Amino acid sequence: MTDATDRPRLRVATAWLGGCSGCHMSFLDLDEWLFDLHERADLVFGPLTDVKTFPDDVDLTLVEGAVTNEDNLELARAIRANSRVVASFGDCAVTGNVTALRNGMGEPQAMLERVYVEHPDLAGVLPTEVVPGLLPTAQPLHETITVDVYLPGCPPSADRIRTALIALLDALSNGHPLPDEWRGPEDLTFGN
Amino acid sequence: MSLVPPRSGGPRPNVPVVLDGEEVSAYEGETILALARRVGTDIPTLCYLDGLSIHGGCRLCMVEVAGDSRLPLACATPVTAEMEIRTDTTALRNHRRRVIELLFAEGNHICATCVSSGACELQDLAATNGVDHIHYALEFPRTDVDATHPKYVLDRERCVLCTRCVRVCDEVEGAHVWDIAHRGNSSTLVAELGKPWGEASSCTWCGKCVLVCPTGALSFKGRSTGEMRHDPDVIEFLTRLRDEGEWVDRQEVSS
Repeated sequence: MTDATDRPRLRVATAWLGGCSGCHMSFLDLDEWLFDLHERADLVFGPLTDVKTFPDDVDLTLVEGAVTNEDNLELARAIRANSRVVASFGDCAVTGNVTALRNGMGEPQAMLERVYVEHPDLAGVLPTEVVPGLLPTAQPLHETITVDVYLPGCPPSADRIRTALIALLDALSNGHPLPDEWRGPEDLTFGN
Repeated sequence: MSLVPPRSGGPRPNVPVVLDGEEVSAYEGETILALARRVGTDIPTLCYLDGLSIHGGCRLCMVEVAGDSRLPLACATPVTAEMEIRTDTTALRNHRRRVIELLFAEGNHICATCVSSGACELQDLAATNGVDHIHYALEFPRTDVDATHPKYVLDRERCVLCTRCVRVCDEVEGAHVWDIAHRGNSSTLVAELGKPWGEASSCTWCGKCVLVCPTGALSFKGRSTGEMRHDPDVIEFLTRLRDEGEWVDRQEVSS
């Protein structure tokens, strides 16, 4: 960390969309390595901070969760507009995962009826106040915004998060573009 | 065609082949996959299984052969003399990744809720072939779970239609409970032409289909979270019968 002071501190954010927060729990499992992270970067947004709006000029954002409601969609777009690198953080962001189990049931109303009306333990009333409206389907993050890096796992282990963060922070602080192989096979087409 | 190597003392491999730039000798009639495995070259497979007939359905084992514009299947293509085979090119890696992504896209392969997570060939193939996300739109199909069998469960959301279960039931057990019904995206695994598995009288309960399934489509009942059922009342039953002398000493009976 001798050269840490020579470089501008990186601005890292995390975000919690339609997920269970397990990925953030795994992030906290980084334990004492969080001090090393703090040597290099500020945590400028996320459930672990008290910042209400997504800030400008963020270097790296880890996004947990599927895009399942209107708030998720709005935040995902704000993240993309203000982040140099966006990482799908965990299986819900990467595939939809458990959050997307509802998709097979059709319209969101079917899932809401199943959970809040048919389920005997709950009040039998659909939630309408405060909670954001559901999108027609829960989708992986990359169906909504361009994603640069994928970090699968339910949740990704702390070791995996640390390995990814070190590689990403090194690339960002050296001003290197991300290696092409990190970006996945978006350019693939049939027939060639 | 078989992957079983010829017995020692039999003919020696004498068909000259170039495999990934190396000159190797193949047996007469040996498949590209058999040759590759024999000389230690890894070609990914999914539907192929040693001991079963060749299906050639998953397309993961496709290779490049000089002079052939198609991509022959290593599992189903015998070598010929002077054949030049490539098993690991950028194009092949991209094709394989596409195949794996499409398998994920057409099912509900949610590892976090799967009884086979950590013991799944599809999951392993994704990891070893660089599939870290699915860039095709996911279908999220609504399919049935058949839990009517007393010992096993069929979760069609996890089925990749490899037909290993169909083949092992027909070719090894000799029962032929399973078939694939319908076509294309509607293809689905059925027992006895569409009966609930529990009502399929031809099923011998041997479990071979569960043993060979590469994913969580076929599993042993009782292994998933929340399925365990305890039965503490059996202790009262046992002690009561013992107290009441329900069990007779064998020596008393024989004397």
